[in-house]
Amino acid sequence: MNKLEPAITLASLHKDVRHDSGPKHVTGTAEYIDDMVEPAGTMHAYLGLSTNAHAEIINIDFSATKAAPGVIGVLTGDDIPGENDVSPSHKHDEPIFASGKVQFWGQPLFAVIAETRDQARRAAHLVKVTYKDLPVSLDVRAAQAAGGALVTEPLKLERGDVAAGMAAAPRRVKGSMAIGGQDHFYLEGQISMAVPGEDEDVTVFASTQHPSEVQLMVAQVLGIRHHAVTVNVRRMGGGFGGKETQSNLFAAVAALAAKKWNRACKLRPDRDDDMTATGKRHDFVVDYDVGYDDTGKIVAVDAVYGARAGFSSDLSGPVTDRALFHAENAYWYPAVRVRSEPLYTNTVSNTAFRGFGGPQGMLAAERWIEDIAYDLGKDPLEIRKANFYGTDTNNVTPYHQTVADNIVHRVVDELETSSDYQARRAAIVKYNAGSPILKKGIALTPVKFGISFTATWYNQAGALVHVYKDGSIHLSHGGTEMGQGLYVKVAQVLADAFGVGLDVIKIMGTSTGKVPNTSATAASSGSDLNGMAAWDAARQIKERLVVHAAQLYQCSEAAVQWVAGGIQAGDKFVPFAELAASAYLNRVQLSAAGFYQVPQIHWDRATGRGHPFYYFAYGAAVSEVTIDTLSGEYTVDRVDILHDVGRSLNPAIDIGQIEGGFIQGMGWLTTEELVWDDKGQLRTKAPSTYKIPLASDVPPVFNVKLAEWSVNKEPTIGRSKAVGEPPLMLAMSVVEALSMAVASVADYTIAPRLDTPVTPERVLMACERLKGGRQ
Amino acid sequence: MTAVSGAIRFILNGEEISLTDIRPETTLLDWLRLEQRLRGSKEGCAEGDCGACTVLVGRLMDDEIIYDSVTACIRFMGSLHGTHVVTIEHLRGENGNLHPVQQAMVDHHGSQCGFCTPGFVISLYGLWMRNPDPSQGAIEKALQGNLCRCTGYAPIIRAGKAMSSYGLPQGDPLLAERIALKDKIKAIHDGRRVELGEDAERIIVPASLDDFAALYEANPEATIVNGSTDVGLWVTKFMRPIGPVIFINHLQELKAIADNASEVRFYAGVSYSEALPVLAENFPDMAELWNRIAGEQIRNMGTLGGNIANGSPIGDTPPPFIVLGARLTLRRGSHRREIKLEDYFVAYGKQDRQPGEFVESVTLPLLPTGEKFAVYKISKRREEDISALCGAFRVFVNDGGTVGMARIAFGGMAATPKRAKAVEAALVGRPWTQETIDAAVAAFAEDYQPISDMRASADYRLLSAQNLLKRFFLETTGHGQRLRREVA
Repeated sequence: MNKLEPAITLASLHKDVRHDSGPKHVTGTAEYIDDMVEPAGTMHAYLGLSTNAHAEIINIDFSATKAAPGVIGVLTGDDIPGENDVSPSHKHDEPIFASGKVQFWGQPLFAVIAETRDQARRAAHLVKVTYKDLPVSLDVRAAQAAGGALVTEPLKLERGDVAAGMAAAPRRVKGSMAIGGQDHFYLEGQISMAVPGEDEDVTVFASTQHPSEVQLMVAQVLGIRHHAVTVNVRRMGGGFGGKETQSNLFAAVAALAAKKWNRACKLRPDRDDDMTATGKRHDFVVDYDVGYDDTGKIVAVDAVYGARAGFSSDLSGPVTDRALFHAENAYWYPAVRVRSEPLYTNTVSNTAFRGFGGPQGMLAAERWIEDIAYDLGKDPLEIRKANFYGTDTNNVTPYHQTVADNIVHRVVDELETSSDYQARRAAIVKYNAGSPILKKGIALTPVKFGISFTATWYNQAGALVHVYKDGSIHLSHGGTEMGQGLYVKVAQVLADAFGVGLDVIKIMGTSTGKVPNTSATAASSGSDLNGMAAWDAARQIKERLVVHAAQLYQCSEAAVQWVAGGIQAGDKFVPFAELAASAYLNRVQLSAAGFYQVPQIHWDRATGRGHPFYYFAYGAAVSEVTIDTLSGEYTVDRVDILHDVGRSLNPAIDIGQIEGGFIQGMGWLTTEELVWDDKGQLRTKAPSTYKIPLASDVPPVFNVKLAEWSVNKEPTIGRSKAVGEPPLMLAMSVVEALSMAVASVADYTIAPRLDTPVTPERVLMACERLKGGRQ
Repeated sequence: MTAVSGAIRFILNGEEISLTDIRPETTLLDWLRLEQRLRGSKEGCAEGDCGACTVLVGRLMDDEIIYDSVTACIRFMGSLHGTHVVTIEHLRGENGNLHPVQQAMVDHHGSQCGFCTPGFVISLYGLWMRNPDPSQGAIEKALQGNLCRCTGYAPIIRAGKAMSSYGLPQGDPLLAERIALKDKIKAIHDGRRVELGEDAERIIVPASLDDFAALYEANPEATIVNGSTDVGLWVTKFMRPIGPVIFINHLQELKAIADNASEVRFYAGVSYSEALPVLAENFPDMAELWNRIAGEQIRNMGTLGGNIANGSPIGDTPPPFIVLGARLTLRRGSHRREIKLEDYFVAYGKQDRQPGEFVESVTLPLLPTGEKFAVYKISKRREEDISALCGAFRVFVNDGGTVGMARIAFGGMAATPKRAKAVEAALVGRPWTQETIDAAVAAFAEDYQPISDMRASADYRLLSAQNLLKRFFLETTGHGQRLRREVA
C-alpha cells in the first residue's frame, strides 16, 4: 500500500454508498422476524378484537375457542402478572387487553395461543362477546361537541399581543381546515417473537423502532426488571413511526405467552387487523383566525388544533405539540397564539407518523397563505415570500427560539429559478383560459422542520464498537434500521473514523443487551445521534491505539497519524489489522462504548418557551398538476425539489429519503383516505380500500436535488442534517397546485379550501362550490 | 371414463413436486413459507394487492411456457398442476452472482426496507423476460400490482430502465433450464383428472372442459376457482372453507378467443391480460379501462368469466359489455343456454345461474360502423383501484342528428351492474345536442340511487355519472378533453 495515499481515498463518508442489505433484499435473503427459524415448539398467538367502539363488556364466551383444534390457551387481562398496560406516556390508559369496557372498534380483548397461526386466528374468531353499548364520539367535531375531553394536557404557544394585532389588522380571514390521518402501511406488519429463557429471562425479536421501550413494556407486563428482557431488532420492513409505540402490545403478548407456557411464541396479525388495531397519523381540524395587511403580510394568528387522539394518550401529547411547533412553517408571525386539543375519541389511539404532527401544523399555515393570496389576487408564492422569517430580524418562533440558520430564501429562490416557476405559471394561466375541462395548477411550498426530540432527554445515544484482533470491527448502536439507511450511514462514519473500508465493519442488529436505554429511532434523529455515538466510540479506541503505537514504534503520539488503511507511526506504515493485533498482545482495550448528547437544547412546556430544536432542515418543492373538472380526477405531472440535508453523509440514501418521503406525503394528501363508518369501524383497512401511491403515480418529471452548498451550522456528524421526516412535507405543494387548478374555475378569485386528502371527489365538489361562488 | 390421478404435480424452481395431501384452502404463499421454508416471498396483505408475494407461474400455452407474475398469497395449491413456479430463491445470474435485474436494483438504490423488494424483482424479471428494455410506461404497468412504501418508486423505475444494460434474456441461465422443463410439464399434462381428498377436503382438477361440466353438474355444491382473485379472499380474509373445489384455470379450452366479422367470443378462462390485445383492437376505447383494472398480477390471474360470474356490482367488465350487447353462454353438463349479459344480474348477490351451471363464454358483438362508444372508470387512485363508478355509453346518431339508439350502463351505482334506462329514454329520439344532454342528466336520479361508502359519496357518484354523459357528448362531438398521464 502506498503510504502517502491520503485517508480520504478510502473514506466512504459523503459518498453514494449502497444500502448494506441491498443484495440481501433483492435475493429475498434479508431476514425479517417472520422469516427467522422458529425454535422447536413455537406457539402462535392471535388477537381477538372488539367489534364495538364503546361498550361495557358483559360477557366473553371462550368455550368454542378453547375447544378448537390446536388451541393451547387463551390470554386475557387476568393472565398478566405485572401491569395490564403498555401506555408509552405512562398514563396507564392503554391496556393490552381491554377489561370492563372497550373504547374503540378493534381494541384487543384477548389472545388465543395455538400450535399454528391459522389455528389461533380461526379460534380467535369463535369467541362470542356480549356488549352493552355506550355513547360514541368518533371524530374531532363530535368530540368537541361532546365537551372536548382530552387524553393529555394541551399546549399553548403565545408570543406578541394577538388581540391588539387582530384589532389593528386591515384584513382578517377565519376558516377551518380538516386534515386527514394516514395509515403507515409498512409493508411488513407488526410482529414479535418471544423466546423464554431461564429465571425471568425472555428474549424478544420485535419489529420496533424503539427496542428499549419494548423492553420496558415487556418487563412492566411481566412484572420483572428490565435486565431480564432482551429485545433484538435486525431490521424492520418499514416503520414510518408506526413501530415507535405500536409494537409494544405485540411484543408484550408474545412475551406473556412465552413465559406462561415456557415455549417460544410468535404474534403476527393479518393486515386488516393490523390496520384496525394500530394507531395512525392524527387527523386534525384547525380553526383559524388570521389578521394580515394589504400587502399580504401576516399580522396575527390565532388558531386551535383539534386532533383525533383516539382512546388513549399514546404520543398524542408530543404529536400535537409538534403541530404547534410547526404552525408557522417558515413564516414570521408578529403576534401568535396557537392551542392544541388532543381529543378523546372512540377510535384507535393515534400515534407517531413521519413528521409527527408537524405536517398538519404546516399544512394549516399554507392554507391561510392561500386564503390571503386569493383575497388579494396574488400568486401565493408572493405571499409566502413576503412572510418568510428574516435572517437577523423577524426570526423568533412562537416558542421563543430564534431561527439562527435560516436558508429558506436561498432554497426557494434557487428552486423558483431552476424549476422555471414563473414562466410555467404564466403558461398555465394561459392554458386554463383556453381549456374548458382540464385545468392545470402549479405551486411552490417551503418546508422548515425543527430537528430534535421535543422530549429533551431523548436526545442521547450510545454505541458499542469492538475491534477484533484481526482488525475487523463490530458495530452496534441504539438506532434501528427500517430501510432509511441508518446502518450504512453509521458504518460510513465508523469506517471514516478508522480509515478502513466498509467491508471491515460488521453491522450488528440492534439489541438492548448491547446498548442500553436507547431512544426511539424517530424524529429524523437516527444518524445525528447514533453517528455521533459511534464516532465517540471510535475516538476512544483510536486514542488508546495512538498511545500504544507511540510506545511500540517509539515515536511521539503526535507523530502517529491516521491514514488510509492504518496508521503512520513516524515513517512506518502499520496496517490497521496489524495495529489491532499488536494492541491485543499489549493488552490494549479494543472495545468502547460511545455516547452522545445533543447540546444547547432545552424546553419548558409550562411556559411554552425554550430552544427545543438543535437546528432546522429546509426544503422546497414545486408541483404541477392537471385536474379533470368533470370527474375531479387528476395527475401530478411534474415535481421539482430542492432539499437541504446539510453536508450529506450519503447523497444516494438522502435522495432516496426525499423521493420516498415526498411520495408518501403525496399519498397522505391525495388518495389515502381513512374512512370509519358510523359505528366506528374502520372501512379502509387493507390495500384494496386504502390507496397508497403506485409507481404510476410518481410524477413523470421528478427532479430531486440536494442543496449541495448547505453545511449545518451546528457541529453535527459530518455537518449533515437529518433527512427522515422533512421531505414528507414537500408534498404540500401538490395540495396547493390542486388548489390553483380548482381556483381557475372561478378565475382565481376564491380560495378553494380543499380539505385533505384531496381525493378526486373533493376536487370535483370544490369545483362545483367555486362555480357556485362558494369556497 | 376419465382416468384419475391422485397428485397435484408441478415444478418448484428446479424441483419436481408431487402433492397427494393438500387442503383446498392452502395458498401457494403459505406452502412456500411454512412447508418449503422458502421465505423470500413475503406476506404484505394476503389479498393480492401489495405484490410482496409475487412469484412467476409458468404454464403451457401453444407449446410454450408462458410466465405470468401472480400473487402467491391468493393462489391455491390445487391450481398449480402442470406449472412451473419460480420464486425469488431461484433467481440468479451467471456464476451465482446477482441476476441483471437484481444488480440493477441494488445499483440504483431500489430497495430501502427491502420487504417489498423480492416481489418487485420478480415483477421486473417477468417484464425483462419479454421486454428487457422497457419504456417507463411499460415498467409502471408491470409494477402496478407492487406496493412500495419507502422509495417512492423512482429508483425502482430507474432500475427498470437500466436493467437491459446489465444483461439480456438471451444470456439468462434460467432460459436453458426452462426449455428443458417444458417436456416435464408436458408430461404432467397426461390427460388425467386429478382428485384429492373427500367432501370438504376434496380438490378436483378436471381433465377437460367436458369433464369439468360433468363434474360440476354432479357436484353443484363445489366452488369453482379460476383466477382465485375473488375466492382467494374468501379464504385469506373470511376464513371460509371452499371445498369441494374445482380448479379450472388450466383448461386450455376456456382460454379460447374466437372472433369473426361480427362478434368476438371470450371463453370464461381468458384473463384480463389475455383479453387486452383483442379488446383493444376491436374496441380501442376499452384499452384505457383495461389497463386501470387491478395490478399486473391480478390481470394475469383474474378472468372475464370470473368477473362476470361472481355478480359483483363493481366489476368493470359488465358495464361496457352490457352496452355492447354481450351475450352469456351458460352451460350445465352438456346443456347450453344463451342469455343477455344484463339479464344475468338479478339482484345483489343473485344471478341467473342454476346449480351446476357455469359461465362458459361471453360473446361481444362488434360495434356497428357509425356508432359511438366509450367507457369511463372513476376511482380514488387512478390505477389498481376498485371503481367508485364505471360508466359505459353507446349511441347511434342518425343522419338527421337525432339519437336513434342509446345504451348506458354503470357499475358502482346500484346493487348490480345496471342500465340507465331513464337516461336512455331521455336521449332517444332527441337531437344529439348539449341541450338534450343537459335535460337528460336529471334522469340519472331515476335510474340510480347510489350509496355512500369508503370509495365515494352518493352525491359524488351521481354527479360524476352525470358528468360522464357530458364527457361522452363532448368527445363524440369533437370537444372532448381526456386526462392522460404522459410518460416518456
